[in-house]
Amino acid sequence: MRRGTMLLDILISGLISGSIYALLAISFSLIYGIARIVNLAHTAFYMVASYCIYLGIYKLHMHPVWGMLLSVIIVTLFGLISYKLFMDPIREHEAAVLIGTIALAMAMQEIMLLIFTGDYLSVPALIDGYFKIFSVKVFYQQLLTFVVALSILAALWVLLIKTRLGLAIRSTAEDREVANLMGMDESRVTMITMGISVALAALTGAVIAPLTTLSPFMWTHPLIMVLAVVVLGGMGSIKGSFVGAYILGFAEAIVVFVAPMGAYLKGSVALSIMILVLLIRPEGLFGVVFEEER
Amino acid sequence: MGLLGFYLRKLFNILKGEVLVLPSRVIVGIFFLVVLLLPAVTQDPYLLRILILTSIFAILAASWDLLSGFTGQINFGHALFFGVGAYTAALLNLHAKLPPWGSIPLGAMGAVLAGLIIGIPCLRLRGTYLALTTLAFPIILMGIVFAFPSITGGELGLSGLSRLSGSRLSDYYITVVVMLGLVTIMWKITDSNTGIIFHAIREDEVAVRAAGINTTRYKLLAFCLSGFFAGISGGFYAHFMRIAGPSTLEVTMSFTVVIWAIFGGIVTIYGPVGAVFVLFPLLEFFRFWPEYRMLMFAVIVLLILLYMPDGLFPWLRDKVETECPRCKIRNIATRKTCRICTAPLD
Repeated sequence: MRRGTMLLDILISGLISGSIYALLAISFSLIYGIARIVNLAHTAFYMVASYCIYLGIYKLHMHPVWGMLLSVIIVTLFGLISYKLFMDPIREHEAAVLIGTIALAMAMQEIMLLIFTGDYLSVPALIDGYFKIFSVKVFYQQLLTFVVALSILAALWVLLIKTRLGLAIRSTAEDREVANLMGMDESRVTMITMGISVALAALTGAVIAPLTTLSPFMWTHPLIMVLAVVVLGGMGSIKGSFVGAYILGFAEAIVVFVAPMGAYLKGSVALSIMILVLLIRPEGLFGVVFEEER
Repeated sequence: MGLLGFYLRKLFNILKGEVLVLPSRVIVGIFFLVVLLLPAVTQDPYLLRILILTSIFAILAASWDLLSGFTGQINFGHALFFGVGAYTAALLNLHAKLPPWGSIPLGAMGAVLAGLIIGIPCLRLRGTYLALTTLAFPIILMGIVFAFPSITGGELGLSGLSRLSGSRLSDYYITVVVMLGLVTIMWKITDSNTGIIFHAIREDEVAVRAAGINTTRYKLLAFCLSGFFAGISGGFYAHFMRIAGPSTLEVTMSFTVVIWAIFGGIVTIYGPVGAVFVLFPLLEFFRFWPEYRMLMFAVIVLLILLYMPDGLFPWLRDKVETECPRCKIRNIATRKTCRICTAPLD
């Protein structure tokens, strides 16, 4: 039965990390699609959100659900302020945005290091307990994380496809100038999208916090995976991010459970897959080739 | 005697007519002199150590600029070249017992090979795709380093390498002279015909191809050249620290190089070098408040970017010099007319 349990383990871990990467990558793609901002501080917001929940539960003695809500609101506001202060003024300089956001992420990491020190912290699960399928433990928290991630993705899809705001976001992503001419306030749409994007990162932090240990450095690995997912799926393509996230999530899970020294090699294998795909399709799985701007 | 006098007069004329008229050239001259004559004033081992590391990283930052600034192939995995240079030098030194003057150039050759290997798949990608793909390579190599600890030393790295030279002072002179030499070579490369093609590839690759230039070959050349210089700095780092560890391959390393280069101003070569000479000692200075060190670093970078998105040194240079609108020759900002064509400056 060992092989069967291993398959289940792979399935569970792949689905969870895949959903987390999907959430992060889609919110990352959103802001890239609209404003052409490569926000390398994206997963740092996710780290800050996890710490806010810790703060809410242990220092303010709130119920975990309220803690999560509070952290999402705080982090979204913080994200919007840092967008206005640090990203909006240098938006035209692509290179400056790259290092500006890295510096922002490093600043957040250092501030968290000062407040909470580098110790590993953990957050209690919302629902304790587990059930067993074929002697594999499935924690309710894992199930909850998976379900919440999927419903957030569904809600985002509805927002983008069915509402007027979604239409504005999609058309701005397609062509900023024409959208502006059609009477959409481009800078307001960008602000709102930034808000949505950071809120999604914060929500991801909220649903993953009980499953991982918190540390100020927890943003780097997801950041690399998110970048890989986004490149694999095609920049700015939401469908591509979704598919790419599950591909890389499962690749990581398989390597961890199957290969010896898997924990070290999981990043390498996932990134090698990305490079192989790019060799065949340089624009990513679902990317569109634009005629080169000159 | 007469010939000597002739050359001396010529040197004096060049100094007076070409160097002393522009503040930026005077500053570069002063920089060379200060760096070379510093040990005459102080031989504090700690200060020399900081300056040796600064010189090593200055080579690295300038090599990033050569590839990513000039050719526009934004490389987010520059730590790969540094790490490959360091590890190759370390392995050669430990197993083949090569002295540093043999292992460092061979390590650089290893980095050139790495440049070729990552250059070939990356030729089809451009812009942000390229940046994010190159980020992956050092991480892949780091996974391999961790997975085979018997060869690479795993988390601890390879230690016990032989020293660069006998004393701190000769270490200092070796690294500083190599740094000044390599940076001058890089600046000469960017000023040559090849450098002009690199510029053109960044500005408009299609037009360069239409002009009958094989851009693929030049892009690969840029990857190899940049890998060579970065590999040398990696080898020096390994031999100076006497350890080659996984920290040379970390994502932070790649990002730090990019921060230095963009902070100093890309497409200049002097910008990244100056930025390392400002930021690295500054970071050491902040060691009095270790917990605030990285925070201050990040805040300084953010603030500088907000006010000078083109980088610190081009901004400073524009303050002290103006370009003649007619003949595009640079003049000191205090002049009313151009020193070459006498067109009025405003």
